[in-house]
Amino acid sequence: MDTNFLVQTLSSIVAAATPVVLASIGETISEKSGVINLSLDGSIALSAMAGFAVAFTTGSVTLGILAAMAVGALIALIIATASITLRQEQVAVGFVLTMLCADLADFLGNPFVRKPGPSVPHLPISYLSDIPVLGPILFDHNLVVYLSMLSVAAAWWWIYRTQPGLKLQGVGERPESAFARGVDVSRLRYFYTVVGGALVGLAGASYSLSIKLGWSHRHTFGIGWIALAIVIFGGWSPWRVAAGCYLFGLLKALGSILQRNPAFAGVPTQVFSSAPFALMIFALLLVSSEGFDRLLALLPIRLARRIDRTIRGRSPGGLGKPFVQE
Amino acid sequence: MGSISRLKSILLNLAPVVLALLFTTVILVAVGASPWEAYRNILSGALESPQKIADVVAASVLLTLCGVGMSITFTAGQWNVGVEGQIVLGAIFATWVARNVLWPQVPVLTLMIIAGMLGGALWGTLAGLLKVYGKVHEIFGGLGLNYVAQGLAIWLIFNPWKPADGATMSGTDPFPDPAWMPRLGNLRVAPLAVILALIATGVVYFLLRGTRWGLELKAMGKNFRSAFLLGVPSTPRLLTAFASCGALAGLAGAIRCSARYGRMLPDISGGQGYLSLLVALLAGYRPQWVPLIALFFAAVGVGSPRLELNMQLDSSLGGVLRASVVLAVMLVGGWRALLARQRARRTAESPLSDAEVA
Repeated sequence: MDTNFLVQTLSSIVAAATPVVLASIGETISEKSGVINLSLDGSIALSAMAGFAVAFTTGSVTLGILAAMAVGALIALIIATASITLRQEQVAVGFVLTMLCADLADFLGNPFVRKPGPSVPHLPISYLSDIPVLGPILFDHNLVVYLSMLSVAAAWWWIYRTQPGLKLQGVGERPESAFARGVDVSRLRYFYTVVGGALVGLAGASYSLSIKLGWSHRHTFGIGWIALAIVIFGGWSPWRVAAGCYLFGLLKALGSILQRNPAFAGVPTQVFSSAPFALMIFALLLVSSEGFDRLLALLPIRLARRIDRTIRGRSPGGLGKPFVQE
Repeated sequence: MGSISRLKSILLNLAPVVLALLFTTVILVAVGASPWEAYRNILSGALESPQKIADVVAASVLLTLCGVGMSITFTAGQWNVGVEGQIVLGAIFATWVARNVLWPQVPVLTLMIIAGMLGGALWGTLAGLLKVYGKVHEIFGGLGLNYVAQGLAIWLIFNPWKPADGATMSGTDPFPDPAWMPRLGNLRVAPLAVILALIATGVVYFLLRGTRWGLELKAMGKNFRSAFLLGVPSTPRLLTAFASCGALAGLAGAIRCSARYGRMLPDISGGQGYLSLLVALLAGYRPQWVPLIALFFAAVGVGSPRLELNMQLDSSLGGVLRASVVLAVMLVGGWRALLARQRARRTAESPLSDAEVA
């Protein structure tokens, strides 16, 4: 295989992973604070539609992106209000919102279907993009793609290296203790859910304004569920979540190469489009099942422990549970 | 006093519907359409002729079967999102019977129903197994299996079940006559399907209310760990809950391909599984309410394509309306509980406040 082709493929994987990276980092932040935003699949669709519609109408990509982020944040705010203040089941509210947003996106997006529109301009970073191999793979994209990479590093730094990040972890892990130490649990949960939602909105914008331009019916096909699964797969840690996203992108690219192989000519494309979801089940099986423990037990203990630590993470202790301060 | 408080409670119970209608009205005004015209179109599209009413009833059968099934898994505290795929598997199994068993109508239909239930139960059990032994959350297991089922259906239609003049998204060749579920005259509704849905509702109601199995599921749903510690055999109960829900969804799938289309389609369930989850949520997991809510949802679903026909609007407004009713029920319910909590706190804080509140 020649290098040029390989570099091109890797570069397109990095670009294509943008929405998944942004959405799953947003979800990681929100779940780290203890709130599951299950609405991802609908949120991404609605914000992708809103982003494109605003950019199309105003001619401004920036306004489009901001609108998409606002939509994502607003949906997250509904989830936060319903689950924190009104004490409804997070998963239930999230699921209803998934369906509501998907239908709303179809309804409101109807006039914009298959219209050509503006997109985020290509912006190679000077000097960096000239580095052989790495340059074209990492630094020859647009601003949203860079933002997705930046969001990984920023989320990691904020969560694990700053004082407010420590509070964020506390609120998600042991809300009672955080509360006893004077942290306003509910307010922080509101805040991080909305911040995560804004990132999910940005993921939507990256879809319609950068990766798969424009808007159409089922435009963001199932990507939100994949992002939710990758957060679990990545053990709620930004780096591993990002690794999961790029791994997913790599497998998807391999899949489409396979699909072009004449041996699979008889297989309809729809079968291939369901493959990522089969992969999702296997990936979750790998990180969650006890069968995997038994496999690990066959290895020398030190190696087993290291593998276990690298590929598996623990969910935040207070994830999905309401916090009642009484 | 009594009649005023009753009126108040009726108004409060209607509040979510009003809120949801308000929301869709705002949306309609925002896109420059007449809300009145839109609602009139949906209503007349659902009820204007016996044929339309038959369509509503037929659509509600599927939602009822799945919604009732999901009352079982919800009672056990499980999110069986995999219903969509369980419908597809039921349809696949029933289609296999329809294509391969060339018997008279009664045995063929019986076999199709049994096969459909078997297929759905199999797919449901798979989600349950993933949950119990793989520790994969049932939302992800179920969703993944939905897409896999969808892929399987498409592969079958494009390969072994390909029609003679080439495979398309419009599905297999029509079934042989005996495999069509008899309809009521020329109306598109099969009385047998309605009867089966009502029986299923009654049976599930009885199973959840009047049997030890139902009680144990309820205990698991309330507190899984304590139920386990108190000796509820949680693994078999969980698997039977998934299997029964799957069987009902599979039955719905068999009915869908036998009574409605008379063939297998790639998109045989068309999102009805997800929709029935909303039905079950709105019914508060009580099976007795499912058929009524299913009728309402089905009417909106049958009526909304009119928006496309007459007003050039997307029919997904119907979906927006249905989902916002469910969301509004949750928000209003939560808000009323919040007010009650605050009132209770005030009462606890000052002994005089009783008189003040009154």
